[in-house]
Amino acid sequence: MMAAGTRPDAISLGKDLIGLEGLSAEQILAILDTAEPFKEISERRIKKVPVLRGKTIVNLFFEPSTRTRVSFEFAEKRLSADTVNIASSGSSVQKGETLVDTARNLEAMRIDMVVMRHGASGAARFLAERIPSNVINAGDGSHEHPTQALLDLLTIRDHRGTIAGLKVCIVGDILHSRVARSNIFGLLKLGAEVAVCGPMTLLPSGIDALGVRVFRRVEEAIEWADVLNVLRLQLERMKGGFVPSLREYNRFFGVTSARLARAPREILVLHPGPMNRGVEIDSDVADGPHSVILEQVTNGVAVRMAVLYLLAGGTPERAEAAKQGEAG
Amino acid sequence: MSNERVLLAGGRVVDPAQGIDAGVDLLLAEGRVARLEEGLEAPEGARVIDCTGLVIVPGLIDIHVHLREPGGEHKETIATGAAAAAAGGFTAVCAMPNTDPVIDSPATVGFVAAAGRAAGGARVYPTGALSIGQKGERLTEIGELVEAGAVAITDDGHPVMDSGLMRMAIEYAEAFGVPVADHPEDVGLSRNGVMNEGLVSARLGLPGKPNASEDVHIMRELLLAEHTGGRIHLQHVSTRRGVEAIRQAKARGVRVTAEASPHHLLLTDEAVEGYRTDAKMNPPLRTEEDRLAVVEGLLDGTLDTLATDHAPHHYDEKEQAFADAPFGIVGLETALGLVLMHFVHEGSMDWATLVDRMSVAPARAFGLPGGTLAVGGPADVTVIDPALEWTVDPEAFVSRSRNTPFGGWRLKGRAVRTIVGGREVWAL
Repeated sequence: MMAAGTRPDAISLGKDLIGLEGLSAEQILAILDTAEPFKEISERRIKKVPVLRGKTIVNLFFEPSTRTRVSFEFAEKRLSADTVNIASSGSSVQKGETLVDTARNLEAMRIDMVVMRHGASGAARFLAERIPSNVINAGDGSHEHPTQALLDLLTIRDHRGTIAGLKVCIVGDILHSRVARSNIFGLLKLGAEVAVCGPMTLLPSGIDALGVRVFRRVEEAIEWADVLNVLRLQLERMKGGFVPSLREYNRFFGVTSARLARAPREILVLHPGPMNRGVEIDSDVADGPHSVILEQVTNGVAVRMAVLYLLAGGTPERAEAAKQGEAG
Repeated sequence: MSNERVLLAGGRVVDPAQGIDAGVDLLLAEGRVARLEEGLEAPEGARVIDCTGLVIVPGLIDIHVHLREPGGEHKETIATGAAAAAAGGFTAVCAMPNTDPVIDSPATVGFVAAAGRAAGGARVYPTGALSIGQKGERLTEIGELVEAGAVAITDDGHPVMDSGLMRMAIEYAEAFGVPVADHPEDVGLSRNGVMNEGLVSARLGLPGKPNASEDVHIMRELLLAEHTGGRIHLQHVSTRRGVEAIRQAKARGVRVTAEASPHHLLLTDEAVEGYRTDAKMNPPLRTEEDRLAVVEGLLDGTLDTLATDHAPHHYDEKEQAFADAPFGIVGLETALGLVLMHFVHEGSMDWATLVDRMSVAPARAFGLPGGTLAVGGPADVTVIDPALEWTVDPEAFVSRSRNTPFGGWRLKGRAVRTIVGGREVWAL
């Protein structure tokens, strides 16, 4: 396992975490390295360290989310931050308040960080440019979902030791997926080969210019890949006419055990959740030996702790010490 | 009309309609051009304006602006829009009908015309909707709209999806001598797009409008004009294939005129980086290949006119996540400076072409008075200082709105005096 403390002190994430496109390989590795010592906190009987004591964090979720919101909240609480959750339903957002006004009002209450999920691409950057608090993007439209990609990277690294040189294929609705974009940016920066596979209606035009290869058939992707990251097929895509039916999607693009059985090498299967069992992924794959889906969820908490800690001014070198309760 | 007599002396007059590019003096009287000669003596009582070092051209005409009144007065009014036009050197503008209510009846056309006359800035010509409520279902009473003062028929802002309706509009409008102006966009292809579909949209995770969404309707309109023998005016052409199709259609004799907008001449979808809502307009900024084709089209006359698509929005409305912000930018006060700086001074466009694209051709396309300083014609004149260096400062705009991607641009050349019907409506 890579040890923390091997990277220069100068690595900082800056004020915000908006996406992986804006980070260097060194910054991404610093987050992964920082996450390593934080993993252990969640295994303790008393899951709490005073790293963020006195910090106020607002979790601002304009879209429904369970996994990401709860994962952030655990990360914050286990680092002893004070947290407030705001969901769009039942808040001033639903009463027509603009994003800018919501942000200014929160800022007026003197907060330290905002974790935001928003349906519009660019919303996290929009917020970050307008408030002095740290902003962490928990998913902005179809743009980026950086902590999801970071936990994917950490999970892949746990199993394969390194990212560089691996062949990773992202399968499914690339067009609308913030998880896909963050994964593409992060994987390429760390030296992986990246491919995408899905119906052509769900691949953005110009995707190959990002430096990824395109597979039209999932069988070809499985033959090529060391790692598959299987995306959720949003059920509303049916209404948009992007795919004719769920049944047909599973038939031609579903990751099934029969297809995996023909893989020429050991293959790792990730899924950001929530899964549509029997659509993009079959149950025997999700629950089978290739799957690392629950490890992703566990790593999510550690990665988010690392991001919170680094944005609050921590350094990878001091993560181990901070965890032991020393001054962070 | 003004009874004052004005002598513009010592300037360079560029009037391609008369083949003039020379140092001549211009006398305006009773709202008309009275004399255009070398070394004119000022008649008694005439006001003499020294135009040494300045260029005098027929008043600039923008046939594509949104003045937002009625219904959007927090963005712009007919009065503030007419004043902004004058400040940009325009002596006439054509107001699009996508207001609230829509300009689809003789009464609403009359309202725009009357408010324009009362504004005292640039002349304001109304256009009328093509379909009732711009719903794309039934034709408006086009004859009555024209009688009330509409100079073109258009559903701009609401693309006409029913090809049969478009065909009928082109055929029916022909009898009343007005063109059908079309915003070419197949909304089934552009769907919920908010920028150009391409590499930038793929990276930013924003839904895109493909070039094909525009090209399909450009080609449809050209085929319908060809089939009916009628006239079509294509607005704000932004694609390479669109320019090519228009060039080929003109060679076949199809009766088509077309526009280029300053932003499509100067910017690409890279300007959207950082989710800049001031780079969000429809049609969207496209690629460098498209931009160069639009430039070439304007220079060779495939695209007849420059038109700004002046689309004011309140700052609150643009201060949103990109997908939530409205389409459009203001253009009246920057168009002339941008074209002078980046095409005339840079050497790719001569003065006669500038005046053609910004005055002669727009007047011809929509059948408007002006476009020349011929004796007896309206005294609509723009006086330009070609050497004046200035910086675009949105805070200083006369328009009620500030939504421009050109803020901070250093430009050279701007209108210093705008005269409408012999009356000075703006001076720097």
